[in-house]
Amino acid sequence: MEIPFTVAERPDTGLNNGKIGIWLFLASEVMLFGALFASYLMLRIGATVWPRGDSILNVPLATVNTIVLISSSVTMVMAWASLKRNDFGKFRLFQGLTILAGLCFLGIKYVEYSAKFHHGLLPSKNTFLAIYFTLTGLHGLHVIGGMVVNGYLWGPGAKLWKTDPEHFTNRVENSGLFWHFVDLVWIFLFPVLYLL
Amino acid sequence: MATLETAPAHEAEHEHAEHQHLGFWRQYVFSTDHKVIGIQYAVTGLLFLLFGFGLVTLMRWQLAYPGRALPWLGKLLGDTRMPGGAMLPEFYNQLGAMHGTIMVFMGVVPLAVGGFGNFVLPLQIGAPDMAFPKINMASYWSYFLGGMTMLASFFVPGGAAQSGWTSYAPLSVIAGQGQTMWLFGMIFLITSSLLGSINFIVTTIQLRANGLSFFRLPFFVWSQLVTSFLLLLAFPPLEAAGVMQLMDRLGGSSFFMPSGLVVSGQVAAYTGGGNPLLWQHLFWFLAHPEVYVLILPAFGIVSEVIANNTRKPLWGYKIMVYSLWFLGFMSFIVWAHHMFFTGMGTTMATFFQTTTMIISIPSVVILSALFLSLWGGSIRFNTPMLFALAFLPMFGIGGLTGLPLGLSAADIPLHDTYYVIGHFHYVVAPGTIFALFAGIYHWFPKATGRKMSERLGKLHFWPSLIFINGIFMPMFILGLAGVSRRLYDGGASYDFAKPVLHWNVFMSISAWGLALAQIPFIINFFMSIKRGEKVGQNPWEATTLEWAAPSPPPHGNFTTAPVAYRGPYEYSVPGHPTDFTPQFLSAQQQATS
Repeated sequence: MEIPFTVAERPDTGLNNGKIGIWLFLASEVMLFGALFASYLMLRIGATVWPRGDSILNVPLATVNTIVLISSSVTMVMAWASLKRNDFGKFRLFQGLTILAGLCFLGIKYVEYSAKFHHGLLPSKNTFLAIYFTLTGLHGLHVIGGMVVNGYLWGPGAKLWKTDPEHFTNRVENSGLFWHFVDLVWIFLFPVLYLL
Repeated sequence: MATLETAPAHEAEHEHAEHQHLGFWRQYVFSTDHKVIGIQYAVTGLLFLLFGFGLVTLMRWQLAYPGRALPWLGKLLGDTRMPGGAMLPEFYNQLGAMHGTIMVFMGVVPLAVGGFGNFVLPLQIGAPDMAFPKINMASYWSYFLGGMTMLASFFVPGGAAQSGWTSYAPLSVIAGQGQTMWLFGMIFLITSSLLGSINFIVTTIQLRANGLSFFRLPFFVWSQLVTSFLLLLAFPPLEAAGVMQLMDRLGGSSFFMPSGLVVSGQVAAYTGGGNPLLWQHLFWFLAHPEVYVLILPAFGIVSEVIANNTRKPLWGYKIMVYSLWFLGFMSFIVWAHHMFFTGMGTTMATFFQTTTMIISIPSVVILSALFLSLWGGSIRFNTPMLFALAFLPMFGIGGLTGLPLGLSAADIPLHDTYYVIGHFHYVVAPGTIFALFAGIYHWFPKATGRKMSERLGKLHFWPSLIFINGIFMPMFILGLAGVSRRLYDGGASYDFAKPVLHWNVFMSISAWGLALAQIPFIINFFMSIKRGEKVGQNPWEATTLEWAAPSPPPHGNFTTAPVAYRGPYEYSVPGHPTDFTPQFLSAQQQATS
């Protein structure tokens, strides 16, 4: 027996399996990052001195990174919308741009990290840097994870478009939901770590 | 009734043939079939339960006869653990920490959720498999890796984790390499439960059979659904805490390390500025919902067994479901009742003791409903029912002894004493583990097509019940006398403990007796696979959908897609010729039967 509702929506819930699955996964991710943000609060409230982010971190680079990541969310939506309009060529283009933007983000992050390491600003230096590296490092891993999935859907995974276009479109939509979440986390990280 | 048994024979054979094509590795090892994965989870979980129990039988020797040597064991375990057969304090701490970790994260939860959830839930909702079979397989193998990491940690220099199953900082941050292994193992286990819980929720929402509306779901399915939400939302904060502790241990950060910490007379080489209480908050934010992860599946199993063996509907099915959800929700806001001693202030303590008193209400509602379900039933006292019946008072003792611990004033003399150990072991051991045994005896015929032996089952049940009370009841006496937990010598170095310490020998003998009492179960389990009494698809004359599938169910479970025509517990319906009306019996079949 086939497993029902992998592609079609179940009439009484109005959803397919993957869509519920990805939202549940995102709920658990909210708890993961939520716990780290809560830890940030508790550490900062308990600290006698706490540096302002912009006195240590590179705000212009992070601003560029914010723009890069928001743009990648836009191209991600356009990749999905192209599939909805049956334009596979456009999907390849926009999905490719999304992956490139992810690479660009990681490149800038690498420049930031290596500058910190170069100046001996390590997690062992103080608790601010420790939470900075933990939060941005975990976020970076999520960016890499999202790029692996997006890369798979851009390359070998795209074969599914020929046999089951609706299923493939759903996959792009769900990986897009994850990508938007990663973007959203950064939008919280940026002011909390760099500006406040 | 013959109409129910009309599984078309040729179709079943065809399914069977298809099943064979997969080959040994895909069929039994890297299988995506929920039943195989469920059995893998259950067997691995049972082995870990046995191993974790083995650790405690060693600890009980040290507690009963502190420092007395066991030379043959010394040769076996080596000089780093038991030189000359006398146990080192470090090894005792490893045994304690790993006993807790193994029993909770690698024994009970994988058996209750991974095992029973995987095997029974899709069958009970009439689904062909889980919603994401490959993710289901990944969940098991992630659990397996986590378990192996934990086992391997016994062999790294310095041995396994020894900061308790709670891994409180700063002790855990300065501990040996075993703690790093513990953290990596936990990350695997958390990943496993994340994958599993998403799968369970999606399966329950999406793959219910035709006609199976939410309020026709068996109570077991509800309990797994709420459990999955707890796993989904409570584990990530522990993962965050685990990452932070790894940073502290490997990256030299100070999330949990306060300023000016002195270790062994020297200032610790940390920058400080961290907060050890942060670990406790994050840990208990998981670990209190985790307590309900341990108990809710047990409620589910016991409900199924009780309804079936009293031949009566569950008393107050709907109010039980509402209580379950309320319990799940409240379990997220009681965690700091584990932390009354941390100096967090009376306002916080008042809040958490209030929520703790409130959460006891739905637990009592469910337990009372189960007791009331017995009223007026014509009870079948078979092995699963005996375990389920024993669960009720045992869980009752565990729950009621918890109330004084939830009140911040009453907690002061009891905190971290053997009273606490007695309390939570009553909940988990004669509570949850008895319910799990009930489930094994109850669903064994579905998994194998054969019943387990009743005689050996009773030989397993009665000694287990007596010995398990022999272990845990005296713990209340020790605790009320003020004996602390986690003492290497069991309290022998404290004068005030002397009048009650003789109970340690009694408890240890009971523990070894309990170990012996598991032998009939092990024999029964393996013998019955080959030699048990053969049964048809519905040996217990039960009503829920899993009994519409052949025993054992083939790949894809049902020979024809089942339909649910009524609620889950229609036993002894007036006017019906038999004392059970299955969910899958249509009005037409009912008329002809």
